[in-house]
Amino acid sequence: MKITREEVEHVARLAKLNLSEEELVRMTGQLDNILAYVAKLDELDTEGVVPTTHAFSINNAFREDEVIESLSREEALANGPNENGEAFVVPRII
Amino acid sequence: MNPFELTIGQARAELDGGSLSSRELTVSCLDRIKEVDSELHSFLLVTEKEALQQADEADRKIGSGDGDSLCGIPLSIKDLLCTKGVTTTCGSKILENFIPPYDATVIEKLKAQGAVILGKVAMDEFGMGSTSENCAFQVPENPWKKGYVAGGSSGGSASSVSAMECLGSLGSDTGGSIRQPASLCGVVGMKPTYGRVSRYGLVAFASSLDQVGPLTRNVTDCAMMMNGIAGYDRRDSTSIQRATPDYTASLTEGLQGLRVGIPREYFGEGLDPEVARVVENGIEILKQAGAETVDISLPHTEYGVAVYYLIAPAEASSNLARYDGVAYGYRDPNADSLIDMYRETRSHGLGDEVKRRILIGTYALSSGYYDAYYKKASQVRTLILNDFKKAYESCDVIISPVTPTPAWKRGVHADNPLALYLSDILTISANLAGIPGISVPGGFNSDGLPIGIQLQGSHFSEETLFRVAYNLELATGLGNRCPDIG
Repeated sequence: MKITREEVEHVARLAKLNLSEEELVRMTGQLDNILAYVAKLDELDTEGVVPTTHAFSINNAFREDEVIESLSREEALANGPNENGEAFVVPRII
Repeated sequence: MNPFELTIGQARAELDGGSLSSRELTVSCLDRIKEVDSELHSFLLVTEKEALQQADEADRKIGSGDGDSLCGIPLSIKDLLCTKGVTTTCGSKILENFIPPYDATVIEKLKAQGAVILGKVAMDEFGMGSTSENCAFQVPENPWKKGYVAGGSSGGSASSVSAMECLGSLGSDTGGSIRQPASLCGVVGMKPTYGRVSRYGLVAFASSLDQVGPLTRNVTDCAMMMNGIAGYDRRDSTSIQRATPDYTASLTEGLQGLRVGIPREYFGEGLDPEVARVVENGIEILKQAGAETVDISLPHTEYGVAVYYLIAPAEASSNLARYDGVAYGYRDPNADSLIDMYRETRSHGLGDEVKRRILIGTYALSSGYYDAYYKKASQVRTLILNDFKKAYESCDVIISPVTPTPAWKRGVHADNPLALYLSDILTISANLAGIPGISVPGGFNSDGLPIGIQLQGSHFSEETLFRVAYNLELATGLGNRCPDIG
C-alpha cells in the first residue's frame, strides 16, 4: 500500500474536501494505483539534478510600475454569491 | 459551397474581395450550429446576438479597408478563456454562473482584430481529462463517429472545427489538450512554446504547463490564428519578450536539408499498427520533399506520465484553492461556518477527476512527501528537457504519433483513471519541456477515424513546425476535410 485510508482522509482535510464513504474507498484505491505507478521515478538516480519548475525560466520579470485602470468595486463584487455592496459576506468567523 | 465550409484563408479572400460579408458567413455558421450541434454537443453557449454585432462591426472595418487577417472570421472559444460579460464555466459546476469582468488577453486580441466569437465550447472540467467526458454539462461527440470521444480537454474546440460549426477555435494544452483532440477529430492543432502566447485570463490548471493555442481546418489557418494571438503581454510575467514572426510567411519554403528526428521511444509497445503506418507514410512524404531522417532517442519518455501526474496535480491543487465560494462561483447555501462553507462548496461544486487530482497534488506537496514526489518529479522533468536539448543538436523537428490509438468509445476508461493517463504519453513531454508541438491530419484507420501526426520542435520553432506540417498537408490532401454529418 502506497497510501492508506487515513492518509486520504488527512489530505482531503488539507484540501477542504469532504469525501463520502463511497468516495473515500474508491479514491483510496485509485490514488494507491496512481502512486504505485509514479513510484517508477525511483528507478532513476537524480542525485545532484537541478529541479525544473518552469521549462523556460525568466528571472526578475520587471516592467514599468504604471498605474492602469482596474476593476471598479461594483465589477469586482458582481460575481459574489453574497455581497453587501462593499464587501463579500461570509459566515461569521468569530 | 456553403460559407461555413470555407477555410479562414478562403473566407479572408472572399471577405476582402467583397463577394461575402462577415454577417453572411456568421449566419452560415450559426445555422450550421443549429443544424448539427444538438447531436454533437460542442457548444456550451452560443452568443448569437454578440456574434452578429461583431460581424456587422467587422463588415464596417473591412469596408473601410482596415480589416486585419482575422477580421470577420467566426471562431469558437474553449470555455476556460475569460470573455467579458459572457459566462465562462471551465466545464465546472463551481463556475456555472461565473461571468468574467474582463477579457483574456487572447480574446482581447481577437476582438481588436475584428474576429467574431460564436460562443463557448465544451471541455473537461478545468482541462482535466483526455476525452471531454469530465465536462459537468455535456460531452462533445467525435464528428467522425457517433459514440466515440472527441478527445480532450479541448474536445469542443476540436469537434466544432471538425464539424465546420466555426472556422477555427482557441483551445489550451497542458499535457496534449490541443494536439490530442485535434488528432482524434482530424483537424490541425498547435501548442505553442511556453510563453509565446499570453496566459492572462486563461483559467489556471497547471501554470508551468498551460499554453493557449489554435485549432483549425488547415495549416495555413493555424498560422494565421497564431499571428493573431502570439506575443508578449505585460500581464503575464511568464510571457516572453521576443519578436513574433509572420507564421504564414515561410509555409511554402521547401524542406531541402531539413533534419527530421525519429524518436524510437515513440514507436514502442502499445502503438496501434494503423497509427504507426500513418506516421511512417508521413516520414516518407517528408523524405520525398527533400528532408533527411535521423534516428534519435528521448530516453526518459517513459517517465513523462509519472512526472506529469505529480507536477500537474500539485500545481492544480494550489491553483484550485481559490474555489472557496467567497468571491465568485458556486457557494453551498447550507453551511453555517466558514470552514464548512469551503468544504461543502468544493465538495459539491467540483467533479470527480478534479477532486482526484487535488488529492494527488495535495499529497505530493504535503509535509514528508514533498521530496519523494514533487521534487523528484521536477528533477526528472530536467532530464526530459535535457533529452530534447540533446535531440535538437542532431535534428530540426521530431516526428511521431500524437496518440497511441485513434479515438475510442465513450466510457471505456470510466473506472480506471490511470489507464487514461497513460494514453497521454506522446504529448506530455512537450509541456514538461515547454517546446512547441503541432498535430496535423495524416490519414484514417479502417473504421474511418482520423489519425494525426505530431511534429515537435525546439523552443520558438513554430515557423519550422508550420512549414513541415504544410508539406505534409500538401501531400496528404487532408486539409479542410469534413465528416459526413448533418
